[in-house]
Amino acid sequence: MESLTLTDVEQKYYSDLFIYCDVDNTKKVASNGKVLDLFRAAQLSNDVVLQITELCGATRLGHFGRSQFYIALKLIAIAQSGLPLRVESLNSVKDLPLPRFVVGKNEQEARHAAMYPDTENQGPYTSVIPRPPGRVQTKKVSTHEVIQPCVPTVEPQPDTTSPVVSPHQSPPTSPHAWRKHKRQASGGAVERQPAVAGASWPPFREAQSGPVAGDGLWSAHSPPPVQESWVSFTDTPPSSTLPAMHPSSAQESTTVRTVASAATTNEIQRQASGYDDPWKITDEQRQYYVNQFKTIQPDLTGFIPGSAAKEFFTKSKLPILELSHIWELSDFDKDGALTLDEFCAAFHLVVARKNGYDLPEKLPESLMPKLIDLDDSAGVPEPAPEVGFSGSPVEVTPNKSPSMPSLNQTWPELNQSNEQWETFSERSSSSQTLTQFDSNIAPADPDTAIVHPVPIRMTPSKIHMQEMELKRTGSDHAHPTSPLMPKQPELSEEKKLAATIKFPVTTVGDGYSSSDSFTSDQEPISSAVTRQRSHSGTSPEGLKVVAPPPPPPRPHASHSRSSSLDMNRNFAAVPAGTQQQAGVVAFPPAVPPRPLATQTSVPHGHRSVDGDSLPTHTSTSPQQIPEQPNFADFSQFQAFAVEKPPEDGDKQQESVQVEKTADAAGAMRAVMSETQPEQTTATVNSAKGSTPLAPPPKPVRRRLKSEDELRPEMEDHPQKSGLVATVLATQPSIPRSVGKDKKAIQASIRRNKETNTVLARLNSELQQQLKDLLEERISLEVQLEQLRPFSHL
Amino acid sequence: MYVIICMHCFCPQNYPLYIRSVPSQSELKFHYTVHTSLDVVEEKISTVGKAMAEQRELYLGLLYPTEDYKVYGYVTNSKVKFVIVVDSSNTSLRDNEIRSMFRKLHNSFTDVMCNPFYNPGDPIQSKAFDSMVSAMMVQSS
Repeated sequence: MESLTLTDVEQKYYSDLFIYCDVDNTKKVASNGKVLDLFRAAQLSNDVVLQITELCGATRLGHFGRSQFYIALKLIAIAQSGLPLRVESLNSVKDLPLPRFVVGKNEQEARHAAMYPDTENQGPYTSVIPRPPGRVQTKKVSTHEVIQPCVPTVEPQPDTTSPVVSPHQSPPTSPHAWRKHKRQASGGAVERQPAVAGASWPPFREAQSGPVAGDGLWSAHSPPPVQESWVSFTDTPPSSTLPAMHPSSAQESTTVRTVASAATTNEIQRQASGYDDPWKITDEQRQYYVNQFKTIQPDLTGFIPGSAAKEFFTKSKLPILELSHIWELSDFDKDGALTLDEFCAAFHLVVARKNGYDLPEKLPESLMPKLIDLDDSAGVPEPAPEVGFSGSPVEVTPNKSPSMPSLNQTWPELNQSNEQWETFSERSSSSQTLTQFDSNIAPADPDTAIVHPVPIRMTPSKIHMQEMELKRTGSDHAHPTSPLMPKQPELSEEKKLAATIKFPVTTVGDGYSSSDSFTSDQEPISSAVTRQRSHSGTSPEGLKVVAPPPPPPRPHASHSRSSSLDMNRNFAAVPAGTQQQAGVVAFPPAVPPRPLATQTSVPHGHRSVDGDSLPTHTSTSPQQIPEQPNFADFSQFQAFAVEKPPEDGDKQQESVQVEKTADAAGAMRAVMSETQPEQTTATVNSAKGSTPLAPPPKPVRRRLKSEDELRPEMEDHPQKSGLVATVLATQPSIPRSVGKDKKAIQASIRRNKETNTVLARLNSELQQQLKDLLEERISLEVQLEQLRPFSHL
Repeated sequence: MYVIICMHCFCPQNYPLYIRSVPSQSELKFHYTVHTSLDVVEEKISTVGKAMAEQRELYLGLLYPTEDYKVYGYVTNSKVKFVIVVDSSNTSLRDNEIRSMFRKLHNSFTDVMCNPFYNPGDPIQSKAFDSMVSAMMVQSS
């Protein structure tokens, strides 16, 4: 035979074909049947085939040796290119394209079966394989594919030359073949056309060349078979071994062959990729998908919402049902949104579907967005390269070779992962969690309901309780004194801290009463009083209650008092003899008036203040009043409040006052309750009273004073009461002189009227204070009741 | 023998979204049974009244037993109802298992709902849903 020089590509190609044909023998002799089929697949006339066989010397040998086979192939190429068959042309023709063969369907099926480990494919696979290729071939003349010999020689990777070549070479057949491929006769096997990558390849490239719009992609259907054939070609050599071999071994043979033929790494990848995973997305495809993704969602790590994806994929004009299925396959984490990987998978599936491939039941491995990290299943899948998107071909082979045979196993793995997905989603979206979520809100409420502060201090309340009880019970003054003495500062301190108003009020009251009990020491008591005042001033409501600071805030009161004092002094000067008392006595406005109720003469104004208690105690004569020991207490109070040294009478009153203090608390309430009606009547009395009467006796004032002292507004009361007391003190002397001198009477009348106005004013103020105190008392009582259970702690 | 005889999904308006039965016995009878069981479902979900949506249990439990089979109900927060008819002969099917089945159904239904191509109210044609139901029906046997 003539020497045959083959290019590397040709060498490789021919060797592949030889191996393909060399089913039985060991690379030396090719069987006739296969070779003839192959030659017929070259779409040459029988004459040409015969000529070729003759030329290559097979007829001589009776079989095809490798060299003969190669020669025949080259002659076929020559014939296909239209050149006359000449032996000389074997070596002379340069740049001869590789012979093209239309592969029979069964081969394709076999290859597909190997690539798609679907069980359903096994049926046709097994049924088809035994058939001799020829028969199949004849039957499937219409459904042939064109093997692109140039393909393996071309770099699979973004090399525009080779991909460009293939479509050009077989444009007429491609749509033809494609149409046939569109789920026809041979059933599922057709659908298993290889190279979804290939199918989408031309569309992708067309899209690349043309407008990179979805329309370009959708309309580009024609070239797929080219790639398919290319892919199929790469598989034909091993496909012959498929019937007998495991896909992995076929792969191995492929790899062995490729290695032996020193194929380029790209070639290996091409074959491997085409062989392994038709669902794999190539780089260019992925790039296209990424670009499309960007048009919808600029952020590559973000999501495409379901609605946007729906619109996008609806443009593909696929039925909604299929789109729905594609979505189910591609939305791996079932979140209703597509990540980049999910989007690429969905796009890939859409492209495949558009090209006539049936959608798989489960998402192909190569399209899985994430297989490694199942923990992040609910999260965003990492934008890591897809499993199918292999970088180096060497890696692809070992990856795929075990994966191919185990692809059936991967489905259960995927099932497991799906189950894991399910369990995860179940955990996240189970109905119980839905309800639990709602129920979680409820328990939070009691926690948030730990709101009501417990400002109460048990100890102070206890102390207050004790004090109140002590006072009520009228125990020893020493007792209230002693416990109260040390407690007083505590009380004052606690008053500072106490959040409630009542405490300052009560403490003030108690303090005052207790301070009153400390007859010996006025200063500390007054200081205590002031301290208490300040403390009560700090508390908010205490401010309100005890608010009025010493004299200055009530200038008018003081003024009135001063005026009344003056008047009292004046009055006192007139009767002469009661000055001391007038100066000393600071009459409490409330209680004392009771005995003065009968005295409607001069001190009407006074009585208006004292009249708080006057109407109810009309029985007592004003004259008797000063003699009452109670009033001595009031004077004592007054003395303390005004910081005036107690008079002798006051001393007496002090002694009595001590007793009075014990009862003051109890008396206060009674007084206060009485003052209300008394106030009303007092005003009436004041209105009535026009005759100058002796000012209400001291005891009346003292009663008022005591009541005032017990009230939180102590600073006012003493002064007021002092004024009133002075006025009242001076007044008793008035009526005596009235009858004697008209002028004196008129003067006294004038004075009385003045005092009347003063006292009326005082009365109104005291009435207001009374009301406030009553309110506070009520709230205090309520609080006490609340605190009672705590007091025992 | 399948324990689960049929599984139905009803939309809030009480027309069926999905019907799946073991194609053996008279399916029509089970359709009728399930349809009448909707009354029981409605009754159960209306009794809760004011404590709605917070405390209402999604799993309704045994709606009513007959001598041949038991009917279990489940309603979602969006008033989608699932009804399962189970053969009474198999007493080993515990309540927990029924609950888990409903949970799986609910999850799958949620996945169907997440599909933007699915319009609520359409019959469910999801293959994933079908496969899940098939697995359930086979598994319980």
